[in-house]
Amino acid sequence: MAEGKGTRRGFLGTAAAGAGALLLSGCRGLSETQWFPKVLDSAEGLTMRVQRLFAGSWSLAPEYSKADLSPTFKANGTLDPGTPVYNAMAANGFRDWRIPVGGLVAHPFTLSLDDLRGFPSRTQITRHDCVEGWSCIGEWTGAALGLILDKAQVMPKARYVVFYCADPMADGTSDPPFYYESLDLIEACHPQTILAYEMNGAPLTVPHGAPVRLRCERQLGYKHAKYVERIELVESFKHIGGGKGGYWEDQGYTWWAGI
Amino acid sequence: MHLETQLLAFRAKSQEWWHAYLARRRDRAAKREFFYRHTGTVRALHWINALCLLVMLMSGLQIFNAHPALYWGPISNFDHPFVSLFGEQNNAGQITKGVTQIGPWHFNTTGLFGASYEDGQLTARGFPHWATLPGPQWLAMGRLWHFFFAWILVINGLAFVVYALVRRHAQKDLFPTRDDIRHLGREIVDHLHLRFPKGEAAKRYNALQKIAYFTVIFVIGPLIVLTGLTMSPTMDSVFPGLLWVFGGRQSARTIHFLCAFSFLGFFVIHIVMVVLSGTWNNVRSMITGWYGIDPDAQETSHG
Repeated sequence: MAEGKGTRRGFLGTAAAGAGALLLSGCRGLSETQWFPKVLDSAEGLTMRVQRLFAGSWSLAPEYSKADLSPTFKANGTLDPGTPVYNAMAANGFRDWRIPVGGLVAHPFTLSLDDLRGFPSRTQITRHDCVEGWSCIGEWTGAALGLILDKAQVMPKARYVVFYCADPMADGTSDPPFYYESLDLIEACHPQTILAYEMNGAPLTVPHGAPVRLRCERQLGYKHAKYVERIELVESFKHIGGGKGGYWEDQGYTWWAGI
Repeated sequence: MHLETQLLAFRAKSQEWWHAYLARRRDRAAKREFFYRHTGTVRALHWINALCLLVMLMSGLQIFNAHPALYWGPISNFDHPFVSLFGEQNNAGQITKGVTQIGPWHFNTTGLFGASYEDGQLTARGFPHWATLPGPQWLAMGRLWHFFFAWILVINGLAFVVYALVRRHAQKDLFPTRDDIRHLGREIVDHLHLRFPKGEAAKRYNALQKIAYFTVIFVIGPLIVLTGLTMSPTMDSVFPGLLWVFGGRQSARTIHFLCAFSFLGFFVIHIVMVVLSGTWNNVRSMITGWYGIDPDAQETSHG
């Protein structure tokens, strides 16, 4: 009887240890399957809806003072697109940089840097939060994306704004082979979402996305596309690249980058 | 005497001792009283919580490994982290050493923190692969696990708090009373001597247990959720007060990390206590609900 009990205990101990090991290896194996990450990713929609419920289209990212500026603002991702076309543009002070705004708009047009500077400007000192966990504070000046979209007259069918960038992605696995990102219209028309051409009072430097980068202050860093060279309004981004709405999204990061 | 006789005598003696021990145990088991300690709801919530905390800790370490450094204030002061785990390289670019930096102090933690072995190769990573989910460096996947199980953890935790308050489990069993605080000193001494309450006193939580459970459920729990939300740029736009309360996003990240290790510390003590005060009895009570107490030991009880 006592032995039976001992055996039962031994069995339970082994079972518990076995279950633990199985759980751990199982968790690892599950990450490799096709279906389980989809189950995990189902939380993304819930997170987005709940955050939007609180944030709506109006809540403003905190703005800081000049005293809070990061002494060194870390440049991440592409530090220099380095393509012959880009190098030529940079050598010429980006005077020939053009950003076509097209897709589902009534009046497609092309923006030069002077056009961009012609829009009412907004300067904001905000915190940049990288998905890796670090934060830097910088001052950004640019034109509200909402005003640019108004000028183009977005069609009712359009749901997303896609930003195509000049930096080629080195691993060569991405299609398009350049960085791209997307925002929905709520985030695109947010008052702090700007096409920035200045950082800390000077024209954008190459590591920080010269000549134009996106700032969307309620989202993580990978949404803030650098080297923006084309803007397209679309109904869906399924047909673009890996179909997930951005370079990092195609690599498995969530499209909702509010957390 | 022959060796054989000696051995036989020894065997007889040990058998006698063993049978007496079993008889004592049987006797105690017969007198043992069982009482229903944990309701089905509490048991279910406990195990869901245990699974969630394990996944949250391991996927959290995976996320931490993407930038294994902690700071105070709103921003990352890259040159002066409060804590960092990094790998040191030699001139050939090979990782030779894992370093844990805390304030001005540097510790060699090769193999554990800063640099650990992956397929026999010393690799720079904050926490080793066996502590992270998934094992290899894979931030996107770690985030998927973390933010899925975060929902379950929060819903499960809220369910427990509502249940415990409505059924008065919290008021009766978890909130420390004035009497508990008065006896705290003696209780600490008893714990250090590994004297655990028996009889009637074993039916309820002692002061240290109450303080531990209360702190974990009502202090660390909310704190880890709120500091987690403070790291979300969208939530900061809704509740900028969170940044003020925690002293900035990077402080919130540091507090989030400290809370996670408080949970880990609680877990270690929890397991040690479960083992020291009767593993199977405790585990059974959290699976079936029934907890056994020895009534004859009442004189030795306290409180």
